[in-house]
Amino acid sequence: MTVAELTKIREEKADLIKVRKLIAEEGAKLAENTGYRKQILVCSVAGCASSGSAKVVETLESELAKQGLDKEVLVVKTGCFGLCAMGPIMIVYPEGAFYSQATPEGVKRIVEEHIKNGNVVKDLLYKETVTADGDIIPVSETNFYKKQKRISLRNCGVIDPDSIEEYIGNHGYEALAKVLNDMTPDDVIQELLDSGLRGRGGAGFPTGRKWSFAKASKGDIKYVACNADEGDPGAFMDRSILEGDPHSVLEAMAIAGYTIGASQGYIYVRAEYPTVVKRLGVALKQAREYGLLGENILGTGFNFDIEIRLGSGAFVCGEETALMTSIEGNRGEPRPRPPFPAVKGLFGKPTVLNNVETYSNIPEIIRKGAAWYSSMGTETSKGTKVFALGGKITNVGLVEIPMGTTLREIVEEIGGGIPNGKKFKAAQTGGPSGGCIPAEHLDTPIDYESLSALGSMMGSGGLIIMDEDNCMVDVSKFYLNFTVDESCGKCTPCRVGTKRLLQFLEKITAGNGEPEDLEKIEALANHMKSSSLCALGQSAPNPVLSTLRYFKDEYVDHIENKHCSSGVCKDLLQYEIIADKCKGCTLCARNCPVGAISGNVKEPHVIDKEKCIKCGVCMQNCKFGAIVRK
Amino acid sequence: MTEKSLNVFQGTADQERQLKEVIAKHHDQPGGLMPTLQEAQDIYGYLPIEVQTMIADGLGISLSEVYGVATFYSLFSLTPKGKHRISVCLGTACYVKGSEKVLEAVEKRLGIKAGECTPDGMFSIDSCRCVGACGLAPVMLVDDDVYGRLTPDQVDAIIDSYVEREGGADK
Repeated sequence: MTVAELTKIREEKADLIKVRKLIAEEGAKLAENTGYRKQILVCSVAGCASSGSAKVVETLESELAKQGLDKEVLVVKTGCFGLCAMGPIMIVYPEGAFYSQATPEGVKRIVEEHIKNGNVVKDLLYKETVTADGDIIPVSETNFYKKQKRISLRNCGVIDPDSIEEYIGNHGYEALAKVLNDMTPDDVIQELLDSGLRGRGGAGFPTGRKWSFAKASKGDIKYVACNADEGDPGAFMDRSILEGDPHSVLEAMAIAGYTIGASQGYIYVRAEYPTVVKRLGVALKQAREYGLLGENILGTGFNFDIEIRLGSGAFVCGEETALMTSIEGNRGEPRPRPPFPAVKGLFGKPTVLNNVETYSNIPEIIRKGAAWYSSMGTETSKGTKVFALGGKITNVGLVEIPMGTTLREIVEEIGGGIPNGKKFKAAQTGGPSGGCIPAEHLDTPIDYESLSALGSMMGSGGLIIMDEDNCMVDVSKFYLNFTVDESCGKCTPCRVGTKRLLQFLEKITAGNGEPEDLEKIEALANHMKSSSLCALGQSAPNPVLSTLRYFKDEYVDHIENKHCSSGVCKDLLQYEIIADKCKGCTLCARNCPVGAISGNVKEPHVIDKEKCIKCGVCMQNCKFGAIVRK
Repeated sequence: MTEKSLNVFQGTADQERQLKEVIAKHHDQPGGLMPTLQEAQDIYGYLPIEVQTMIADGLGISLSEVYGVATFYSLFSLTPKGKHRISVCLGTACYVKGSEKVLEAVEKRLGIKAGECTPDGMFSIDSCRCVGACGLAPVMLVDDDVYGRLTPDQVDAIIDSYVEREGGADK
C-alpha cells in the first residue's frame, strides 16, 4: 500500500465516520452522501456484551430485514461507549439518539417507531438525555460525558474495531505515514518529549525519554513490546481499548519500531481476555493484508511485525522485567534493574515496553502535535487519563478525563454520586499497589504527583468507590490476600512480608488485635517498601498504610472495642432480637441454617450466640425490623 | 475416593498426536514453552505429569523446568476441572459489592470449596480476579456465560439450569 492509497481509503470512509460525530441537520445532510439514511451503533464489548448486546444486534438485524430497511440502515458493532452501568448501549445517527439498557423487545419498538416512522422512542432513551419538558439533549451534554475528553478512547464507540477501513477513515495510520515519510526518529522522540506524555501503566515515566534510551542503545536487534497484562482487579481500560480500537496500538508500536530501530514487536495479553486476543488477531491480519505491517510498509522500506503472546494468570507479569521473562518462556519472576529494558530487555536486547493506553495516545499526538496534547492537563501531567470507575457509584463505566480534574468531579458529576443514599467513604486508586483517598481530599486535582502525595498512586486507572458499608480494615485485608496470592516468591521481603502483614490484619478482624500491632504493621510495611525487589512488593503495603493514615480510628475501633462499624467483619458482629418488636412469627427460626434461633409461636425469640454463624439470613427475613446487628 | 480415580491419566492417541504437532510447532520458537503449555491444556483440559513429561522430552528441556512454569501461572491446572466451570469474580469492584457471599452460596450448594471439583466431575469452582465486567458487579461465570448483578439467592436457580441441561440431579 502507498500513502496515496491510504489517503483514498480515508477519504472514502471519512463521511461515514463523521456522521457519528455530528448530529441533527448537519449529520443528516452528510448521511445522504454515505448511502445510509441511518447508522445504528451498538456496543459489543465488555459490559454490554455481558448484559446481552449480541441478542440486541441479532434482533435489530432481523427486524430491519423484515421491514426491508437493511439496505438503507447500517448496523455497526462498536467498542465501549463508557456508560457500562446502562448497557447494552445503542445509538442512532444522525439524530444521536442514545438508547440505554436495550432489550430485544425495545429494539422492535425502536425499529418500528423510530427507524421506520421517524419518531424517537423517548421512554427508551438514556433518561439523562431527556429534559423535564421532554426535549432531547445530545448525550455529550449529559453529566457523564460533559467533562470527559476522549483521546485514548477516540475510536471506542465510534468505529467497528474489526474494520481497518473504518479506522483509516478516522485518520488511522495517518501518523505512521507521517512518521515514515516526514520525520526522523529524533523528531518523533522530541515530539513525545514536548507532549509531556508519561507512562499510563502507573509509574508515569516520560515516554519520550524511554524511547530515546532504547534508540541510543547499541544493538542490531531491538524489540518493541506492549504490556496488555491488565491484572489490577477492577481495571478494564486496556481491555476496552484493545476491544474497541486495536489498530491504534498496532500503529503506535510500528511508530516505536521505526523510532528505536526495531522490526519485531510483542503484545503480551492476559489469557483471561479471549475477545481481546481474537480482535487483535483480526487486526493484525488486516494490517498485514493492507501492507501496514510486515515488509516495506507504505513503500518506505521499513519492516515491522507483531506477535501476540498470552499470559497465564500471574499478576506479577505486569511488572516489566517479569513480563519479559514470561515472554521468554520462563516463570514470570522479575529481576533487578538496572540494567533497564531499554538497555537489556527481551531476549537480552534493547526493548521499549509501554502500556496499551500509552500507545493508544501516540498516533493522535503525532498527528495533532505536541502543543495540542500538552495544552491539556496540569504542570507535570499532560493530556488525559482513562479510569475504570467501579464499586459503589451510580455510573459504573469507563471515563477519560483531562488530568487535573478533581476526584469530586469524577465521583459526584461524572459518576453520578453514590447509589442508595449512602455516604461516600473512600476512593481507591492504583489497585493492590495504591491507596484509599478519603472524603476530605476529594478536591485534589488528579495527576501523578498529587495522588502520590496522598499516599496513593495513579496506577493503571482502576478507580473503586467505597461507601459507609465498606470496612477499611477488611479492604486492606482483601488487597493483602491478593498480593499474598500473587507474590512470585523470589524475594523474601515480599514473600514473607505480605504474608505477615495479612496475618496482622486477620488477627485484627478476628477480634484479637493488640494496640502495638499498628506500630509493628507500619515498621514491617516500611521495610517491605525499601527492600522488595520489584514494584509488587514495594507497593504491596500501600493499601494498609493509606487506610492507616486516613482511617486509623477504624483500626483502633476493631482493636480496642472489638467492633466493626461497617458491619463487615463477621467475627466482631452479633445479631440480637429486640424482644419488644418480635411478634414471634417464627420466620427467622425457620430460615436459620444452623438452628440457632428458638422461641415459642407468638412469643419473642432469642438467638443462641454460640451457635450463630452470623450469616444475616434472619435479619433479611424479619418483617418487623426486630433483629439488629451490633 | 472418587476424586482420586478421576485423576488417573486417560489421554487418547489422538490427543497425543495433537500434542506432538503443538510441540513441533513451538520447538524452535524463542520462549515456546508457554504457548506449548497453553495449547496442551486446551487439548487435555489440564496438565497432568504425563503431559508435562511429553512436553519436556519433546522440547528437550528438563521436567523440572516445565513443572516450574506450569505451577507458576494460575491458569495452568495440574488437576482436571469440572465439565461446567464456575468462576466467581473476587476482583475489587465485585468484592465491594458482596461477591464473597455469592461464592459462599455456590460452595454451599455444591458442597465443595473453590479450587475443587464435584465427585461426579460435573462442576468445579474457582475464584477469579476481574473479568472486566465491573459494570455488572458482582459477576459469576459458568463456562463462558456471564451472570451479573448477582445476589446469593440467585445461585441455586443458575446451577439448577445446568443440572437440568445435563438431565439429572447434581448429587
